[in-house]
Amino acid sequence: MIKSIADIAEIRAKKHADMMIRLDKNAQPTAEGGRMHVMVCGGTGCTSSNSMKIIDNLEELIRINKLQDEIKVVKTGCFGLCAEGPIVMIYPDHIMYTTVQPEDVKEIFESHILNGEPVKRLLAGDKTAEEITNALDNVDFFSRQMRVALRNCGAINPECIDEYIARDGYLALQKVITEMDPEDVIDTIKASQIRGRGGAGFPTGVKWSFAAAQQVAQKYVCCNADEGDPGAFMDRSVLEGDPHSVIEAMAIAGYAIGANQGYVYVRAEYPIAVERLSIAIEQAKEYGLLGKDILGTGFDFNLEIRLGAGAFVCGEETALMTSVEGKRGEPRPRPPFPAVKGLFGQPTILNNVETYANIPMIILNGPEWFSSIGTEKSKGTKVFAVGGKINNTGLVEIPMGTTLREIIYDIGGGIPNGKEFKAAQTGGPSGGCIPASELDTPIDYESLIALGSMMGSGGLIVMDEDTCMVDLARFFLEFTVDESCGKCPPCRIGTKRMLEIVTRITEGKGTLEDLDKLEELAESIKDAALCGLGQTAPNPVLSTMKYFRDEYIAHVVDKKCPAGVCKSMVKYIIDNDACKHCSICKKNCPVQCISGDKNTPFSIDQDKCVKCGLCMEKCPFKAILKNA
Amino acid sequence: MNKVNITIDGIKLYVPENYTILEAAKEVNITIPTLCFLKDVNEVGCCRMCIVEVKGAKALQAACVHPVSEGMEVFTHTPRVMKARKTNLELILSNHNSRCQTCTRSWMDCELQSLANKLSVETVRFEGEQKKLPLDIGVSIVRDPNKCILCRRCVSACKNIQTVAVIDAVNRGFDTKIAAPFDVSLADTPCVNCGQCINYCPVGALHEKNDIDKVWQAIHDPEKHVVVQTAPAVRVALGEDFEMPIGTPVTGKMVTALRMLGFDKVFDTDTGADLTIMEEGAELIDRIRDEGKLPLITSCSPGWIKFCEHNFPDMLDNLSSCKSPHQMFGAILKSYYAKKEGIDPDNIFVVSIMPCTAKKFEAARPEMNVDGRPDVDVVLTTRELGKMIYDVGIDFPDLGDSSFDDPFGNASGAGVIFGTTGGVMEAALRTVADLLTGSSADNIEYEEVRGLEGIKVATLEIADLKLRAAVAHGLGNARKLMEAIRAGEEFHFVEIMACPGGCINGGGQPLQLSDVRNWIDVREERAKGLYKEDRKTYIRKSHNNPAVKKLYKEYLGMAGGSKAHKLLHTHYHARPNYEK
Repeated sequence: MIKSIADIAEIRAKKHADMMIRLDKNAQPTAEGGRMHVMVCGGTGCTSSNSMKIIDNLEELIRINKLQDEIKVVKTGCFGLCAEGPIVMIYPDHIMYTTVQPEDVKEIFESHILNGEPVKRLLAGDKTAEEITNALDNVDFFSRQMRVALRNCGAINPECIDEYIARDGYLALQKVITEMDPEDVIDTIKASQIRGRGGAGFPTGVKWSFAAAQQVAQKYVCCNADEGDPGAFMDRSVLEGDPHSVIEAMAIAGYAIGANQGYVYVRAEYPIAVERLSIAIEQAKEYGLLGKDILGTGFDFNLEIRLGAGAFVCGEETALMTSVEGKRGEPRPRPPFPAVKGLFGQPTILNNVETYANIPMIILNGPEWFSSIGTEKSKGTKVFAVGGKINNTGLVEIPMGTTLREIIYDIGGGIPNGKEFKAAQTGGPSGGCIPASELDTPIDYESLIALGSMMGSGGLIVMDEDTCMVDLARFFLEFTVDESCGKCPPCRIGTKRMLEIVTRITEGKGTLEDLDKLEELAESIKDAALCGLGQTAPNPVLSTMKYFRDEYIAHVVDKKCPAGVCKSMVKYIIDNDACKHCSICKKNCPVQCISGDKNTPFSIDQDKCVKCGLCMEKCPFKAILKNA
Repeated sequence: MNKVNITIDGIKLYVPENYTILEAAKEVNITIPTLCFLKDVNEVGCCRMCIVEVKGAKALQAACVHPVSEGMEVFTHTPRVMKARKTNLELILSNHNSRCQTCTRSWMDCELQSLANKLSVETVRFEGEQKKLPLDIGVSIVRDPNKCILCRRCVSACKNIQTVAVIDAVNRGFDTKIAAPFDVSLADTPCVNCGQCINYCPVGALHEKNDIDKVWQAIHDPEKHVVVQTAPAVRVALGEDFEMPIGTPVTGKMVTALRMLGFDKVFDTDTGADLTIMEEGAELIDRIRDEGKLPLITSCSPGWIKFCEHNFPDMLDNLSSCKSPHQMFGAILKSYYAKKEGIDPDNIFVVSIMPCTAKKFEAARPEMNVDGRPDVDVVLTTRELGKMIYDVGIDFPDLGDSSFDDPFGNASGAGVIFGTTGGVMEAALRTVADLLTGSSADNIEYEEVRGLEGIKVATLEIADLKLRAAVAHGLGNARKLMEAIRAGEEFHFVEIMACPGGCINGGGQPLQLSDVRNWIDVREERAKGLYKEDRKTYIRKSHNNPAVKKLYKEYLGMAGGSKAHKLLHTHYHARPNYEK
């Protein structure tokens, strides 16, 4: 139990010394810290790729060799390079291994851990380099990032509060509750100019000041960890890798607005995040960093988790609060805004995980430091979950104002198989597509809106030349139709009608009139829907129609899908000049629609063909053509 | 109340700060179209018909729930607003079963149809998949989810006002529908059949179970002696079906119309009400004198009775054992009246015209019979009677007045006020006061128990008794009052009516749509009609009703006696919630 500043300082100093070897190659190992730290990623991605088995194997070898005191295995949060997981990082050597399999553990242990010889074939980055360098400093994926919200992900054991404290954890809370007035805290957050990382980018300090101004005894602090965009996992990674940063920030927010109760709303389908957050809350309570009379200051703050069932709409603030109240997760009209009348009708602030993760750093480094990063109106860094047709799928954090080109080509390693970049989708189902012509636009809240997309929570999906933009719009619409709560007609029926039209187009049954109808529906839905989900649901259609109208026209007028994705408009044919009559296609066809033999030319029965493309994939002579 | 300056369509206004844009617009004579909005019932802003442009706001805002604020500039009919409203309405229509010709709300009662007309929606451009769901047909209420537009008025009425909460939105997106838990039929829920959901439904998704054909069949059967009785609240509402002002008393025209329809006898349920007062009054005096279970709680409202059986099974002994007035009267018709007139009771067919949907359920309760004969054969709502009158083509407003038939004739004014909240209490007090004091009180208008306050409490000094009385209307208020009693608050006599305002606002009454209900309190107008009728009557106390006196003298003997008990009293049983 921590009762005073001296208590926490003692813990911090001791653990810091134990962890020094991660920071300084020449640091003296401590008795409890050991001489080597083997960090193994325990994020959801690497865990699914069997990283827990890597830990088991490592610990077994360490035990057999009686090296428990010297070699410490540390389960961490996400390093970000998910495409190449599982990731193992060894300190003090600063050597990172990628795509490590449980079978590789023996070699790493014997060669590197016991004999100091790194295993070259598993190294991150260039495996043939003469000199082995620190991946974090020299591999583009890492070196071009700026990790603020993700500062502790991959660097500490998220299940150990002492490690967080050692990295200046809870120092910001200490500063706030012992040295600052609530107004000072809000002024600091305002001065930093940080904006909400979860969607529309509302200034966080302003939001806090609204709630602080309410003269009511009971207020609430909520955290939105209901990340629901397809492919996005920024918030999950923060909770998995650094849960205490969120807890600390929520306590700071509670102090600033005058609330002593907080709720973290997190989807139940994030089991690792939920578990680590629960552990972290328990530890913080045991230490007295949550609960009554924190650090002897008289400030009380309690925190509870509320599990969501995974409805996308519960990421909308009023729907989230309705769900926390135990009701059907549906939005309600604003005003009144939650800062005035939120959870259980009381003044409430809601910020998302990433926003909170920034707060302690703003307090410790000062608002000027934070506002020095980024663009004129968008300060600080932003985490993106990069996915789709890109080499380095994973989590990246970059200063606002970085261009899409830098993210995709420099950090992301470009498009696989030498394909052309076609578009990037940001903001998930609420966002839009950014075409190749805009690759050099510096990314911030304003520029993305101007492009017809939005920041959203930070999903970034890359598409190459093989993506059909009409099909993509259909995919996102399908998602919003599925996730609509059903409360207002524009979203409940309007998005459904849009989906019906877009589906018609992808089936080659669309008309030019359909395009007008789509636009008309889209505009009305944006204007009339009750909440952000509905108001932004037409964006994927509008932005693809804006930048890729020719593809829509091709579908509607020429009945062709230029990318060759929309099955009803695709035809597989056999090029008889190239065909060698090997009959591999015939053997592989799942519906037996290919005929021909040594003497008769091979052909595909178009009526029976299900357009699976297997024949084309299997043909050794490239004799099967896709006729879009 | 502080006031703020706003402009609506360029007109400057100075309005109270608690106004919504909708209310403020009304001040400049603009009625913004609404569909889900129902004042004090459903203020959720979900139908998006009332959207307006508010300067500075990105999306359009729902006028019905958006509060005004200093300096606000509102535009109610910009091209953007008009386009979005029209598209929105077309979308709603695209997923609505538009077989309007056979809809209970066709002609003039459909708010959706009327909006489509006002907004000049002549085609629906966005056709697509339409829901096809099964109907839920109960004893009292029919739900047609294919007509439902998900405005949630029924949900709010059921959940917030009545605290019955048996329906809510389930599923999501396009599959959203209003359903009972586990998708069971309303009949298998603690639904009390009050029909408030019907009153508030803007379309034909909710209506009473239509029993008109059964009545025509009986009327057309020469063997049957078809007797009709009409509840007090019917007479101040029926005229509304014929475009007469709300609350107009039409008792005489109604009797004329019923005779024209072919009923053999037309009686007044108020006679049953007078009987109820005799029995309930005796019961109250007995319980007070013998230190029996108190408070005595009225049992006229079948919605309330079922509510009590589900929610307060431990307090069923507090309920008066009296049947409700029309059931009492039905039992008398098939016994005393049958004998007196020399008619085989098996050939007597009793039809009750009620402001109530729960009465259909009540009449079907197995307890509601004497010697295996149901007291009442069919219950029709006021609305159903209106339809029968239309069916025959009677020009109702032009009819002359007639009187109720003998041997019961016209009842007392006490019986008339049974139709409004506080009325049963007042009627009982008029009689109990006389019985306890042994004299005839002149001051018989008990203002303390009148009016629309949710729970009314009064202490009345009668003889040497300080009688503590409470009146609640609307089941949400009933629940509060019952919880207070359970917690130990003491009363002698409690009146509870299931519907807000009492029977005048029952689930079977002529529909008043939101464009009326949002600006006028329909209950107040109809209650005024009843009190007017009361003042007009010569006899205003139940125990002075000569027909009732005669009935006791000739047939029943004593109030609360054994014959009365057999015919006029019943019992209750606890009902589990969600049995299946």
